[in-house]
Formats: sequence, C-alpha cells, structure tokens
Amino acid sequence: MGKYTGFRPIGVSFGRKAVFLPEIYAMNANVLEKLKILAESAKFDVSCASSGTSRGHQKGAIGSAAGWGICHSFAADGRCIALLKIMLTNSCMYDCAYCINRRSNDIPRATFAVSELVELTIEFYRRNYIEGLFLSSGVVRNPDYTMERMVRVVKDLRTLHRFNGYIHMKSIPGASEALVHEAGLYADRLSVNIEIPNEASLQALAPEKNFQSVFTPMRYIQQGVVQSAEERRHFRSAPRFAPAGQSTQMIIGATPDNDQSILRLSSALYRRQSMKRVYYSGYIHINTYDTRLPALKQAPLVRENRLYQADWLLRFYQFRVEEIVDDSHPNLELDIDPKLSWALRHPENFPVDVNRADYEQLLRVPGIGVKSAKAILLARRYGRLGTYQLKRIGVVLKKAQYFITTCELPTPTIQEITPEGVRRLLVKPNPRAADERQLSLFFDEP
Amino acid sequence: MRVFRYDKTFEGLLTAVFYAYTRRQFPDVLIGENDPLPLFADEPFTVCTDTAHAERVWKGLERKVRQRELLSALTAAWLSELPDADTLIFRYIRKIFDYPGDFAYNLGDADVLRLNQIWRKVNRESSYVIQFLRFQKTADGIYFAALAPLYDVLPLTLPHLTDRFADQLWLLYDIKRGYGYFYDGKKPEEVRFADPPEALRTGKLSAEQMAEGEKDFQQLWQTYFQATAIRERLNPRLQRQNLPARFWPYLVEVPSSNRTASR
Ligand code: SF4
Repeated sequence: MGKYTGFRPIGVSFGRKAVFLPEIYAMNANVLEKLKILAESAKFDVSCASSGTSRGHQKGAIGSAAGWGICHSFAADGRCIALLKIMLTNSCMYDCAYCINRRSNDIPRATFAVSELVELTIEFYRRNYIEGLFLSSGVVRNPDYTMERMVRVVKDLRTLHRFNGYIHMKSIPGASEALVHEAGLYADRLSVNIEIPNEASLQALAPEKNFQSVFTPMRYIQQGVVQSAEERRHFRSAPRFAPAGQSTQMIIGATPDNDQSILRLSSALYRRQSMKRVYYSGYIHINTYDTRLPALKQAPLVRENRLYQADWLLRFYQFRVEEIVDDSHPNLELDIDPKLSWALRHPENFPVDVNRADYEQLLRVPGIGVKSAKAILLARRYGRLGTYQLKRIGVVLKKAQYFITTCELPTPTIQEITPEGVRRLLVKPNPRAADERQLSLFFDEP
Repeated sequence: MRVFRYDKTFEGLLTAVFYAYTRRQFPDVLIGENDPLPLFADEPFTVCTDTAHAERVWKGLERKVRQRELLSALTAAWLSELPDADTLIFRYIRKIFDYPGDFAYNLGDADVLRLNQIWRKVNRESSYVIQFLRFQKTADGIYFAALAPLYDVLPLTLPHLTDRFADQLWLLYDIKRGYGYFYDGKKPEEVRFADPPEALRTGKLSAEQMAEGEKDFQQLWQTYFQATAIRERLNPRLQRQNLPARFWPYLVEVPSSNRTASR
C-alpha cells in the first residue's frame, strides 16, 4: 500500500459545476418507453456471450473489448447481462409463429432513432453497465431497408464515436451481400438464427423464411471472415471482418425434431471455421393461440441444458456426434449428463489410471473437465496421486470415482459395480438442481 | 523464538526474506511495527524496508519459478489481508528457494495449496469489482464508483479499467478501506480523503452532485434490467449465486429497497 497522497482537488470536488466533458445529448422521456418495449422484444435471443475479441484501448477511442465475456449483471432469471440486447424496431412484416414480435400480435410497437440507440449504448458503456451492444430488428419494408438502418447504428458507433466496445449484430435473413459485408466491418460478431432445425418445419412456422434465406447470409459471413483472414496475412492493416465470427440459435421443443438431428446440424455448422457458437433456446409458449405449436407449460430447460453439455463435448472434448447420440439413442438422457451417458454405454474404456492416462483419456472421464484434467497433469510432476491429492487439487470425485484408479488400493469401479449399478448410485432424484447448473454453464469457460 | 519486526508492507516482507537469507536466521514469527512482542520471544530483529533488497528477492523468484504467472499468487495473497498471509508468503518463498527443483505448483504441499486457494478467491473478487462497479457521473464530469470488496483488490483492477475507460475521468473508491484511485486521463493515482464526503461512505451521489442526465441514465438502466428478464424463467436463487449480496447495495439497477438487506 502506498503512502497517503492527500486530497486532490482537481475535479474530485463533488457538487461544483466544472464541466470537463461536453454533454452531448439529453434523453427525452419517450426513450424510456421505447427502451422498455424494445428490450422486452429482444430478450428471447439467448446469445449473450461477448467473448471472442480482444482489443486494447486505442487513442482517442472509447473502450476496449476483453477477450472473455464479462457479465455486468444478472437479471431476475439468473441470466448474464453483458450486452445491451435490444431491437432497433419490433415492428415486423413477417409472421413467424414462435416469435413475440410477429405482425399478427397486438403488442406495443416502437422504433429507435439511430442517434438514440447510439447514445444509449455509449452512455451505458461509460458507466460500466455493459460490454457493448447486441442489435437485432424486426423486418420493416424489406430486408435491405432494415439491414441498412442497423448498419448505420454500428457504423456511427465505430466511426463517428470511435466506440471500441463489443458489437454483436443480427443479420436479417434475405439481406444483400453488400450490406452483410459492410456490417462485418464494424461488428465483432454477426449472427443469423436458424431457429427451427429442419426446413419443412421452418417453412410451416415461418412462411416468409426458408433454409436458403438463413444459409445464404451465413455463407456471406463465412466468406467475409475467410477473405479478411487471407488479406490480413499479406497486409497487416487490411480491415478485420467480424473478428469474433458468427453464431446462431435453434429453438428447442417447438417442433418434434430429436436431439440427433439438432446435434448433427450443430456439428455441420461448426465445421465452418467462422461458426463459434450454436445457442439452444428452450421453447417458451408465448403465442398460445397458434395451434401449430405445442402447448408446453414449461420451457424444456433440462433438455436445453443437456444440449449445451453435448455441444460442449463436441467443441472442447473431441467427441463426435455419433458417440453422443445415434439411431438407437436419438435423444439425450435427461437424468444424466451426456458424458456420463456415453461412459455407461462404453464401460470397456474404464477404469482410467489417473497417474498414467493422457490428457484425452482424462477428459473422457465423467466428472473430470478441462480444468481438472490440466490440474492432474501438473500435479503428477510432483508425485503420485491418490484420492486425497485429487481432492486437494480440486477434482470432484462424485462421478469420477467409478471410472478411475489411483495409486491406492483399488476401489470398486464400473467394472465391478456394472453400468446399471453406477447409474443407480448417481441419478439425481431432483431434476431442478440440473436446471440451475445449466444456466451457469453458458458463461463458464471459453 | 526468533521474531522479525517489519513495516507490514509487501516490500518490507521481501526485505525480511533478504535479511533472513543473508543472516542465515529465519524468523518463527513476523510482527508489525507496533505489535506487542509475543511471550518467550528473543529480542526482535527489525527489518528496514529496502526496495533494492526487495527487488533482488523478486528477481530471484522469477529465476526460480518456471511459470511466472504463479508469482501473482504472492501479490494476491498479500492483498487478501488475511492475518497469516505474511507468514504463509514467507514460508512459500523459502520453499521455492530451498527446494532444488521447481516447487511453485506443488499442490501436494499444504502451503502451496492454501496460497492457491487464496489466489483464486482474490482473483474472483477482483473480477467481481470489474463486473459490478457502476459509475455515476458527477456534476464536474467525473465518473465515480464506490464499493466494499472483501479483499483489497482495487490495484488488481487498474490495468483493465485504465484500458477500458482511458478517455474519461474516474474515481474508484474502496469504502471499506477508505482509499481509492483517481484517473486523470493519463494514469490512476491513489487518493485518500481527509474528510470523505457522504458519497464516499454510501457510494451514492445526491441529486445536486449528479451530472445532468445522470438520473435519467440510471433510470433507463433500471428499466432495461427489469425488461430483459424472462418472466417464464425466473430464478432468483441463481441470480443471488451469480451476483453476491455484498455488491447489491452499490448496484444502480437493484431497487433501493433490496439494497440494504445485504452487507
Ligand atoms: S422476422 Fe424476426 S422479428 Fe419478424 S416475426 Fe420473424 S422472428 Fe419475429
């Protein structure tokens, strides 16, 4: 701790008027009303991560983007608030059955002026409320008209106000390549939501959309990312294009599609290098009058959680879709996580010796995650590991104990207890606990 | 029993390590300048803090520890202000120097383990500050935030904050420890107030102290915070878990009726 430095009168004198920075603009009263309406309309988009770009402060610019997503608050639903998630307008000429903003709904409609939204973003950001902006919009007049106004927001933020924070922008299905390209010059991440994982159902529920209207802008984004990477190899100063890549979202439980088809689609999407995240959103039955949709009492949160876990296995644990779900098990089990489910179907891979196994083998053990596997490798340098040492370095043995051997006397594993026995020992009688874990899973890890 | 007396600064502690090795005498107890001498103690050796000596010890550590970032654990443990932090750090440094190989991450050792646990907690607290501090703009154009973190983590947040809020004036204040950092557009400097204004005790500006529009933006943020929650998925337990109660009193978005309940 340094020494007493005394009171510095420069500017720290509360209450006196001595303006340092120019007041740009005063919010008028109806901005409050618009903010309320347009936040309500935007909240069902689950993507919230602001991670993926690291950008230090630049002289004369506002802000920076941290490489990891920072949650600045948590809403009453427990979800992370990292970005100002907002629509430019919630008026929409389309009529997607699952959407609260569809034209046949009688709800309050509002539209932000570009300058209002720009102002709001900057002022929120300067107060450390947010990491940046997540901008989406209903479709007005036509896709390009809508997209153009959205691009103006992000362009003004970046060029007029030198805003350096994070920007995620939805690309409107059907928008032209030129506009998608322009958006990519200013946004960190672009996204196009698939929403419905199969084309026939999509067309039944969203008559104005089809797979082509979704996949075409995705391809534009992919091309933009690849091309910019190529150019930047030759010229360091070539412009970056959506440096945090693209993401998408699927609604779970609105159609009869099984987990196998959902995960196959995800894994195909991840094959494009620019696709960073697929989000799964448990269907909430809002438009109760629409009989094309199932009357779910509760959003399928446990299933949503299992899909996120499976997605995790695809991205960070070198699992293939066929290992997680197949024709005889087309759906994820709800009462156990997908890694445990796989392990119980493949007892021949266990037990694994924690003192010898390599990183990939350790990752396959239920209950051992990336952090634990790395800690095990590090700790092994100093001596052999028993259960005591494992606990000390933070490995949770509740599940893992049945799948490993240590330097101690052998304890019963899946081989002795049998998969059914292990399942009986581990299945939780209380599925609520799983729901809460899920929501924290969004924001853990990369 | 051998006792070292030092000024309870981190540099002082490193200087104590330096003298212990040059004199080949290692303390059983470390005490501060005005602490009473424990029973059965020999005449204490008084350490005069010397930056050059402290520097040498630090350099020595950097040579000995392969993964440099592990040394941040030492600073973090110091900032934890736990009563036994200094003896723990002292023992850890000795083990690093005395062990022939690289001892720094030997989690089988109780001291290493404890130090790492403290490190993790301190890091988490400093992330919380970065997440949950809320600036309010004062009438004279300063962005002001005050909170009361569990550990003395403000110094750890400075690199992030000076990078992010480089083009605005700000004052970040630790209510519990009664000091803060004022950033004047170039670098943050430690400040203390002889007679702290009310806002530095409550974390809240009065209406006259606020810049024009400040109240509006706070209200806009509260509105957004309410509107963005999905009613069909309410989960107050998860909210509490992610957003520890000790930060609620200083959050602009939490209605004031909910703010006082914690502490
Ligand atoms: S186009 Fe978008 S905003 Fe419009 S109804 Fe469909 S999902 Fe809703």
